[in-house]
Amino acid sequence: MTWVAAVVHGILLGGVYALLATGLSLMFGVMRIINLAHGSLALVGAYMAFLLVDHLGISTYLSLAVVLPGALVVGYALQVTMLERSLRAGELVPLLTTFGLLIVIANLLQYFFSSDVHSLPAGRIGPASWHVSSAVTIPWFDALTLGLAIFVLGLLEFLLRRTQLGRELRATAEDADTAELVGVDARRVYARATAIAVATAALAGVFYAMRSSFDPSAGPAELIYAFEAVVIGGMGSLWGTLAGGIVLGIAQNVGTEINTEYFALSGHVVFLAILVCRAALGSGRVRLRLPRGAVS
Amino acid sequence: MTLLQVEALDVRHGLLQAVRQVSFELGEGETLALVGANGAGKTTLLRALAGAHRPAGGRILFDGEDITAVPAHRRVRRGIALVPEGRRLFPGLTVEENLRVAAGAGRTGPWNVESVVAAFPILAPLLGQRAASLSGGEQQATAIGRALMTNPRLLLLDEVSLGLAPVAVAGVYRSLATLIEGGATIVLVEQDLARGMAVASRLACMLEGRIVLAGAAGELSREQVTEAYFGLGKAASA
Repeated sequence: MTWVAAVVHGILLGGVYALLATGLSLMFGVMRIINLAHGSLALVGAYMAFLLVDHLGISTYLSLAVVLPGALVVGYALQVTMLERSLRAGELVPLLTTFGLLIVIANLLQYFFSSDVHSLPAGRIGPASWHVSSAVTIPWFDALTLGLAIFVLGLLEFLLRRTQLGRELRATAEDADTAELVGVDARRVYARATAIAVATAALAGVFYAMRSSFDPSAGPAELIYAFEAVVIGGMGSLWGTLAGGIVLGIAQNVGTEINTEYFALSGHVVFLAILVCRAALGSGRVRLRLPRGAVS
Repeated sequence: MTLLQVEALDVRHGLLQAVRQVSFELGEGETLALVGANGAGKTTLLRALAGAHRPAGGRILFDGEDITAVPAHRRVRRGIALVPEGRRLFPGLTVEENLRVAAGAGRTGPWNVESVVAAFPILAPLLGQRAASLSGGEQQATAIGRALMTNPRLLLLDEVSLGLAPVAVAGVYRSLATLIEGGATIVLVEQDLARGMAVASRLACMLEGRIVLAGAAGELSREQVTEAYFGLGKAASA
């Protein structure tokens, strides 16, 4: 029965990873940017919430009313002031730029918040759980996180499929030059995509911080799990990201059942195994087109 | 009334000068056919008018305003739409999405999905189909429809017959004739001399980046245009 519990908890953990990975997937799908600072931006969201909770005494959930709009502004500004220039300079430059941003964010957080470990209160829902059987319990907070991940992915799919901004995002992802020729301002579309991506990262960061502790150096670890979820699910595919997150979560929990030290290792092994299998089967081609991926 | 004015335009591709000192004017409701052999600079000129290439010199005035430095998406909002060579549809988007994405330019006018489908009935059963799965003729109709969705004042058409079956070409040109009768202002790049001369009110022949012959389509003889096309005769200008 403990194996069943491991799988159930793995699925729930997959919600956290999917939430973390959504923005990463969106930025890659639209702009082909692999944002190495994604985990650090999630951490910025967590620290923004921490400031509000610590100084104003409001609930973590209420802090999202400030954190999410703030993250949208940060994302938009990040694209306009930094990433847009790097995109013009070549394919590898955004990778280096976001790597630099990762280091800058980690050092700024260290400077302002020290290396103290924090966590965010999850409220009454935090310790509550639903006892399915003697061996399987479902923590309400984890179920909420998975539900939120599905809601965010559904919202993004609605945005991409049913709105003018979504059509512009997909058209720009396919052919930015032609999109300009039909009246789409590709720079503005990119800035909006980054704003949405950073907002989802901040949302994930806040939920991650309610689930476990965080410190200024936690960004790269978050990035690795998000990156693995995106790659397992198919680069640029939104629903694939959820599947990737769930596979990663299950692998980690099942690994822990085998040996408590295998939590991270088992996830990495499954990630590598999937990469190798894809290459061996000749189906490892990266899906670059957002529209196909976004609805798959 | 002059809608488009091009003054001494130069466009370069790296070291290669593709368009040299090109000047012409186009009045509202006129159709100009740009003809010339491969590499004459027609497509580059058209793309410079649409804002896809930044000119190295000269000026482009649209409705009296200098738009030389205006980016492509803002030119669309001013009323210039390009149907690019090779159609360049968004293959992962459906036909309807390809049309609707162009409606975001924010210009009002007679063109919407319904009126485009009325003008190109071939698109009616295809609205939900991905652009990648369309035939050449269907793609061309979608590409023209997409440009019309921006409600343009000036329509730039690049090689609309290229790669199409004769039946599809005839269909596209029937639709163009309807647009022209409706008073559309068009610059049409065409390698097919006969087709270009049949639909246009004015004609300009390009050779090695320059306009070597220009005039009213009805006043130029087939021989004059053929000589200019191949660079055989004495270059003339209007």
